[in-house]
Amino acid sequence: MQDQTVTRRNILAMMASLPLLGLGRLAEAADAPLSFDELYGKFGVLGLEFSEKVKALAGKETSMRGFMAPPLKAEAAFFVLTEIPMSLCPFCSSDADWPDNIVVVYLDEKQTFVQPSQTIEVRGVLEFGSWTDPETGFVSLLRLRQAEYSTV
Amino acid sequence: MRMIFAALAATTILAGAAQATTVYPLDRATILAGSPFDFKVELDKQVKAEDVKITVNGQDYKTVLGGEAKFVELEKGKEDKALGSAIILRGLTIAAPGDYKVEVSAGDETKSVTWNVYGTGDAPKAKNVIFLIGDGLSVAHRTAARIMSKGMTEGKANGRLNMDDVPPAAFIGTSATNAVATDSANTMSAYMTGHKTAVNAIGVYADRTPDSLDDPRVETIAEAVRRQTKKSIGIVATAEIEDATPAAVVSHTRNRNDKADIVGMLLDVKPEVVLGGGSAYFLGKDVPGSKRKDDKDYIKLFQDAGYKLATDKNELAANASAEGNLLGLFHTGNMDVTLDREFLKKGTVEKFPNQPGLVQMATVALDRLSKNPDGFFLMVEGSSIDKMSHPLDWDRAVVDTIEFDKVVGLAREFQKANPDTLIVVTGDHTHGVSIIGTVDDEKPGTEMREKVGTYAEAGFPNYTDENGDGYPDKIDVTRRLFIAANNGPDHYETFRPKLDGPFVPAIQNEKKEYVANEQYKDVPGAVFVQGNIPKSGDSGVHAVDDVVLQSDGPGSEGFRGYMEQSDVYKVLADAFALGAKQTN
Repeated sequence: MQDQTVTRRNILAMMASLPLLGLGRLAEAADAPLSFDELYGKFGVLGLEFSEKVKALAGKETSMRGFMAPPLKAEAAFFVLTEIPMSLCPFCSSDADWPDNIVVVYLDEKQTFVQPSQTIEVRGVLEFGSWTDPETGFVSLLRLRQAEYSTV
Repeated sequence: MRMIFAALAATTILAGAAQATTVYPLDRATILAGSPFDFKVELDKQVKAEDVKITVNGQDYKTVLGGEAKFVELEKGKEDKALGSAIILRGLTIAAPGDYKVEVSAGDETKSVTWNVYGTGDAPKAKNVIFLIGDGLSVAHRTAARIMSKGMTEGKANGRLNMDDVPPAAFIGTSATNAVATDSANTMSAYMTGHKTAVNAIGVYADRTPDSLDDPRVETIAEAVRRQTKKSIGIVATAEIEDATPAAVVSHTRNRNDKADIVGMLLDVKPEVVLGGGSAYFLGKDVPGSKRKDDKDYIKLFQDAGYKLATDKNELAANASAEGNLLGLFHTGNMDVTLDREFLKKGTVEKFPNQPGLVQMATVALDRLSKNPDGFFLMVEGSSIDKMSHPLDWDRAVVDTIEFDKVVGLAREFQKANPDTLIVVTGDHTHGVSIIGTVDDEKPGTEMREKVGTYAEAGFPNYTDENGDGYPDKIDVTRRLFIAANNGPDHYETFRPKLDGPFVPAIQNEKKEYVANEQYKDVPGAVFVQGNIPKSGDSGVHAVDDVVLQSDGPGSEGFRGYMEQSDVYKVLADAFALGAKQTN
């Protein structure tokens, strides 16, 4: 077999880095855009390392584009933002089987759920480091707090 | 009329809610003589200790089972629901083979079960056992692997897989204790303990209490090998090493998702070789990438216990002959499949570019374990045959079947040089999958459905293997196998290999229903396929069909005809004479 080198990930990355034109609301905002490909500087079996960009943006207004995964519980105070539309866990039924590149979003005010195939843009204050949601026990590494979102 | 119907419905519900008195191990359980197991009686009602009478073969149970059981006056379910009284005796053993009739009475409840305790020969038939399991390996996987790898001319295969020359030995019934359907936890547990259990359970009978770690235990093969022999133990998988199949070699839990606990159970047994994915459950929760909810650093705990660590294929090669035990973890989650790892570089290969394959891992494991003069038990799982069959990604499942077959070849070579080795090649359960013909891009028109060739119109596929590596040079040939599932969620059939990464047929909506993934809607010629399983189902499911078991080497004559999955353990135990102490 032969290698094939253009990946969907690369295409997604290229799409994500296209200038965000024609989005009035976003153009007004001062949020720093962050893409899923920029979350980690290093991947490894013994752990991941957050990227310099994530460390620099911590505590600052940040915007991210992705897809809303269905809420864990209807009353959960957060939802999970994923890079590609996804099911909760394609092959089993444990909450622990999420991919590494997810961001937990704590909303400022309750908003309605959007379809999992709809791209959304989330704006909030970026936070990194391990955090266990007190209500659900869900452990996350990256969060957007005081967040709001809109469809793109 | 309406009222009568309502009354009937109410009666049915009440009758359904009442549980029968249950004794674990269940009726018709088969138990290796001398192997520790837990005995539990669950009563429907709350009774007093003095009201319970238990006899075994007519004698007071304490005489035969060798201990006094703990009486629990009231077991509680979720939200403190009263479940009834229970009697529990843990870790008992029965030394003498034979039938044991257990009779329980308490108030107006009675229950009788019979266990068969079996012994083994005094001397082992085999020094080594290599247990090769293709997770989900069904007949279609091997047929497709043969055609993709070797080709076919005028109806005859142009070559043979390694597994084609392992004698077929038995059909295996895989059903669970609580359902005709089955999963990798209870199926591998049956192979590795000799006891059938419930879906999602490993190394335990599934009791009624909510705690998943308190269920009545039975001995695993790794524990039996440790107890009775000086043999080494190896576990190799491409899945997370704490996933159900590899976990079943060593662990005990009602819930296969207790992966953080399973890592601890792995350390309790300390297999000499442990190779696979799933490092996320070895890292304390503050380490990015961890999936633990505590601070335990199992990498360090394994190293402290004398393990060398390898995290990619170069470190695996460098540590191939290192002293001590070997822990190889090559991915935080499941390792990438062969098609992505070696050829397309999709999936998560960019993040983990140096993952070894199953063949390299099995080679290192065999080299290390075979240094033990007392022999070894090695379990190798081709994990992703199943992991790619669930999302209906047949090309990835078949290419991983070819990789698994190369491990069969490796084991056969080892067996030639070491004829005192028993090899078992089997699946743990099947999938609802069949090959029905070909898809031919050269057929006229744009409707992909019309390009499906059935009967004479199928012709033969045009895969090639010019470089002779056993894998097709490419999977997106113009005339390829058409492989289809008999079940699944709503999805789009694209009639093409998924070159951009593993197929995700369905995604969940806000009602927790799985809907067809629209990502594939606009692939030219894609057709919508209506699902035929509940909308809560995310992917294709396991089949109830028998599994084919093949075996060669000393002891393999024990496999014959139709066998319950749990009876396979008896043959393994007899091959190693696990009824007899060999550690002196």
